[in-house]
Amino acid sequence: MADAVINLDGLTVRLGKREILHGLKGELTGRTIGLLGPNGAGKSTLIQTLLGFCPPTSGTASIFGEDIRSQARKLRGVIGYMPENDSFIADMTAVGFVKLMGELSGLPAEAALERAHEVLFYVGLGEARYRPLGTYSLGMKQLAKLAQAIVHGPRLVILDEPTNGLDPPARARMIKLIKEMRDTGKMHLVVCSHLLRDVEETCEEVLILKAGRIVHYSNLEEERKANQRFVEIEMLGNEAGFAEALAQRGCECTPAGQGRLKMVVPPEFELREIYVLAAERDLQLRRLNYRRDTLEDIFLKAMATDGSL
Amino acid sequence: MAVYKRTYTGYDGPLTPEWSRFLILPRANYRQLGQSKLLTILRMAAMFYPLGCIVWVYLANNLSVLSTVGFDVGQYIKVDTSLFLYFCWVQGAFAYIMTALVGPSLVSPDLVNNALPLYFARPFSRTEYVLGKLSVLGILLSTITWIPGLVVWIIQASLGGWDWTVANLWVAGSLFLGMTLWVLLLSLIALAVSAWVKWRIAAGALLLGIFVAGAGFGTAINQIVRTDYGSLVNLPEVMFTLWSQLFGLESTTGLPAEYAWATYVTVCAGCLWLLWRKVRAFEVVK
Repeated sequence: MADAVINLDGLTVRLGKREILHGLKGELTGRTIGLLGPNGAGKSTLIQTLLGFCPPTSGTASIFGEDIRSQARKLRGVIGYMPENDSFIADMTAVGFVKLMGELSGLPAEAALERAHEVLFYVGLGEARYRPLGTYSLGMKQLAKLAQAIVHGPRLVILDEPTNGLDPPARARMIKLIKEMRDTGKMHLVVCSHLLRDVEETCEEVLILKAGRIVHYSNLEEERKANQRFVEIEMLGNEAGFAEALAQRGCECTPAGQGRLKMVVPPEFELREIYVLAAERDLQLRRLNYRRDTLEDIFLKAMATDGSL
Repeated sequence: MAVYKRTYTGYDGPLTPEWSRFLILPRANYRQLGQSKLLTILRMAAMFYPLGCIVWVYLANNLSVLSTVGFDVGQYIKVDTSLFLYFCWVQGAFAYIMTALVGPSLVSPDLVNNALPLYFARPFSRTEYVLGKLSVLGILLSTITWIPGLVVWIIQASLGGWDWTVANLWVAGSLFLGMTLWVLLLSLIALAVSAWVKWRIAAGALLLGIFVAGAGFGTAINQIVRTDYGSLVNLPEVMFTLWSQLFGLESTTGLPAEYAWATYVTVCAGCLWLLWRKVRAFEVVK
């Protein structure tokens, strides 16, 4: 319990007459936690509940062991939040805005100003920090939102769709920043995204929501290790005995005709062995496709299930 | 190490006391308001009447000076509660103009681009937000209302002697309370308008309309129905009634003081309700 970043204990949230989250239970311990789900799955509501914006109807949740109902104010001091939508004050300069947000988190004015400059340089807005936020491009606004989320040095940063609307270079920069923040080891991150690739690149743990219920939870590292690996090769030459040699090393091979071979390789199998075996038989390897189970496979499997965990 | 060379670090320094955080908002707003030349001119203009009052008080206490130069105006120049009542009226008008200038830009910039979730995702509550925004106008308007009013009263007290001071201590209290009530009413209405009307020009126009149109409508009701209760929608007259009561003078509005109090409380409560509806981290769309 003490090590859990987020602990969900039968968390139910109702907005108006609709129940959005249905008794969520789970314990999230990773440094970077991905929150996945289709539109309307309840991801944003879960985030807003963790921030204390929506009161739980029943059940509760805790962050770093502190209850979100009774310790909401204390928790907000150690959380940084980057919302999904545009959130800024148009006629303020970036440095003024980030400083204001730092001060509201409790930083003294001088420290807030110093850290505002620091984080704006860190996210790559150093040269534009005296420009009004209203003149920023979408990508710059996203970076400014990230800067305000980390200005007070939070222990947990919640990023809601951090790559929303970004072009490929800006997206790559945002992902790089998230990885850098993760690797500092000073903060935990919750990344809520529609983009499976973003989550796959940055997260250790994934929580998949569907219609307000948790349908899948996985530790991506362990999942990757446990997942089957698929290899497809195309050869030229005498392939007699090649499939058998691979089978002896634990591969499940299926000939696909015209010199092609599909196989499922065991976890301990190293791909270079294929080249060694081919060289021994004087076979030319014309093509080799290698694929693991991706987060997309995990996500699609989770979406196909009906019940919650 | 230069700022631009630093990488991300956590923060483990001291934090400011929680009770004082609402004052961050006025500080941030004044930085921007300080750039407005119009506001600076208005603040200077608002100091002329208090200066005139100080001269009046000086002359009232030094009639012998005027007599020596041949002016016998003793029966005209005197300092009584009506001086402070009209002080409230004139400075109240300046406060109103200043509110129309500053008020529309208080909450709407935070709503236009959805900045409120960023405030409330921090250890900062809705109450503190409203209190902070009220302080912006509260502090600004205080500098042209009760603060110069009390300066006038203190000068009169220093010139009038101990007996005058003791006998008129309640006037200082009435002045402070009367002006504070006006400042609070203006601030609440301005915040409520700014929260619901995002376009600044429209918000400014509405703010003017609430007082001007209310006054016109109230006068029309009074004339047509031959009553005084039309003044209930005329907020300046409501305030004048309250000030008159506070200074122990008979109101010229004809409106009973208890009705004026009821109107005042209703308007303030309504503004708070409007603010509470709008100032929140997110909206539930039904």
